[in-house]
Amino acid sequence: MDLIIFLICSVIAVACGINLVLQKHPISAALSLVGVMGSLAVLYLLLGGAFIAAAQIIVYAGAVMVLFIFVIMLLNAGAEPAGRKRSYARLFGPPLLAIFVLLIAYAIQARLPRSEGVQFGRFTGGSPEGIGIKVFTDYLLPFEVVSVLILIAILGAIVLAHKEIR
Amino acid sequence: MNFFLLSIIKAAVVAFVLLTTLAYLQWAERKLLAHIQLRVGPRRVGPHGLLQPLADVIKLITKEDMIPSHVNKFFYLLAPFIAVAFALLPISVIPFGTEVDVGGVRTWMQLTDLNIGVLFILAVSSMGVYGVALAGWSSNNKYSLLGGLRSSAQMISYELPMALAIASPLLLVNTLSLRAIVQNQAGWYFGIIPRWSIFQGPWPQIFAFIIFLIAAFAETNRVPFDLPEAENELVAGFHTEYGSMKFAAFFMAEYANMVTVACLATLLFLGGWQPLWSPEYGSNYFPAAAFTVTGLAALYAGLKPARRLDKYTLPAAAVVSFILAGLFFAPALNAILLPLFWFAAKVGAILFLYIWIRGTLPRFRYDQLMHFAWVFMFPVAMVNLLITSLLVAIASK
Amino acid sequence: MSVQANSVPLSWYLLLSAILFALGVAGFIWRRNIITVFMSIELMLNAVNLSFVAFSYQLRQADGHIFSLFVMVVAAAEAAVGLAIILTVFKNRQTLEIDEVESMKY
Repeated sequence: MDLIIFLICSVIAVACGINLVLQKHPISAALSLVGVMGSLAVLYLLLGGAFIAAAQIIVYAGAVMVLFIFVIMLLNAGAEPAGRKRSYARLFGPPLLAIFVLLIAYAIQARLPRSEGVQFGRFTGGSPEGIGIKVFTDYLLPFEVVSVLILIAILGAIVLAHKEIR
Repeated sequence: MNFFLLSIIKAAVVAFVLLTTLAYLQWAERKLLAHIQLRVGPRRVGPHGLLQPLADVIKLITKEDMIPSHVNKFFYLLAPFIAVAFALLPISVIPFGTEVDVGGVRTWMQLTDLNIGVLFILAVSSMGVYGVALAGWSSNNKYSLLGGLRSSAQMISYELPMALAIASPLLLVNTLSLRAIVQNQAGWYFGIIPRWSIFQGPWPQIFAFIIFLIAAFAETNRVPFDLPEAENELVAGFHTEYGSMKFAAFFMAEYANMVTVACLATLLFLGGWQPLWSPEYGSNYFPAAAFTVTGLAALYAGLKPARRLDKYTLPAAAVVSFILAGLFFAPALNAILLPLFWFAAKVGAILFLYIWIRGTLPRFRYDQLMHFAWVFMFPVAMVNLLITSLLVAIASK
Repeated sequence: MSVQANSVPLSWYLLLSAILFALGVAGFIWRRNIITVFMSIELMLNAVNLSFVAFSYQLRQADGHIFSLFVMVVAAAEAAVGLAIILTVFKNRQTLEIDEVESMKY
């Protein structure tokens, strides 16, 4: 059952990723990215990360991507016009990327022990309790720093988008 | 019984009950609004308009399904799907009652209990914004786009106070699983005051409840926050270009959102299926007594009916009430019906509040609405969370 | 590697993460709309998140989840500021193509 869910979700993720790269219109690309995030959330659930899966949907797919879609709709971004032929990128790009992926795949296979597989339910430390304990004991300083970072980002966004009233 | 088969049967029952509830919620809204506005509402189709939802469904299904030529077809057709799917999804984690024994099969009156149940509902309701935004954008119509953008900005702005208001009672019950939240609110203080979250120490969550209700009104785009889809504002907002079944889908999504939010308020704040007072003071006989009194009132009103047909319909309603009261005396059904009665009564009270407010209050202007969310609701929800956490930390020493 | 029906080898998760990262790089280099380039960056961040969570499973510790959470938070902050910058660029140049924002070249 795990294998079937993994295969379905990974196929959806890769298909949406390819769609993101190939689509002409930004809204289609944004919705493909939402599809990728949704399938990744299911994969996190399989890996025992219940809280991270929920946070991915609530924060990433439900807030950040909505922000992207707002900006695309507000700026009325249209489909990309067909550009001049950049033959170098078209010719060498996909093979080089394929070589990159194959290298990484080889490195993974060579280094990773092949003893066990991922089974749903074998790792329970990713529940909200587990994450909460870790965040508030070991990672308290990064947590506080990250909240200051968000405050800075909010201030920056407001300053940038502010309309001067002359 | 086989887990798979049991789940399918439960899902079928819940889906059927939910869809019927949605249809009759619309009937109740029309009748209640009518009576608030001193008129009568639907009364021709069936006694007291009870078959009106059926007539509406038939009309919407048989209407010509038209796609305007200027819309972006894929997203135009996708948006109602998204809206309905993510509106109907949260009902799968809501517990309607206790563990019951139906014909030898022990099962909970809940489709599934996730141990991150509250986060699941929050996640699904954040995804519901996409239906509205895509509907507004794909219609290629400036009113729809404006309405869609406003509506989705409103929904994501009010998600914040709603999430903070949800987090406050979670500090008291210390769990995210909806079943455990309700079980944690069992018991009574002095046998009379229930240990629901709004009464529970160390800090009764009454402010969180009010904030949650206000944020829920804004999340579901209901009056007084329904500017983006009001009939006399932006034509009809994001669903201007939609007709027949797609329009029905958006309406179904709105009512399903209302039901979800009412169920969530009941579970988090009002104690779910726990009765109002202790069974040792007789709360187990309350449903039967309530239905009997309703039947007697219907009989009395049937003696001098205002309309000719009421001479028959009101006594019929009285007979139905007596049958329902009698059902509570059957011991086999008692265990199922009692928690279900209390849950339905509380959810019904919140839905009645929704409809009542729709008939009473004017609507906010858009900038007033956003100002209210960010300048008032968010700080108040934050302060409530801080006080709750402080008192819980002190009390647990 | 042993593949039963109810367990997935961990290397497959890492391979999926590598493929998604490569797709993100492809989008980043290939596309010309600023917003789509930004979305390819988000795709790369998601791929890295998957790696973190996969390794966290292998080591049976929640640290990878914490890293992933922080990556999500930083990505959200970056999206907010980045989109504000995009809005400003659009207001000043009236274009969303990265090839046309080149007045500081040579």
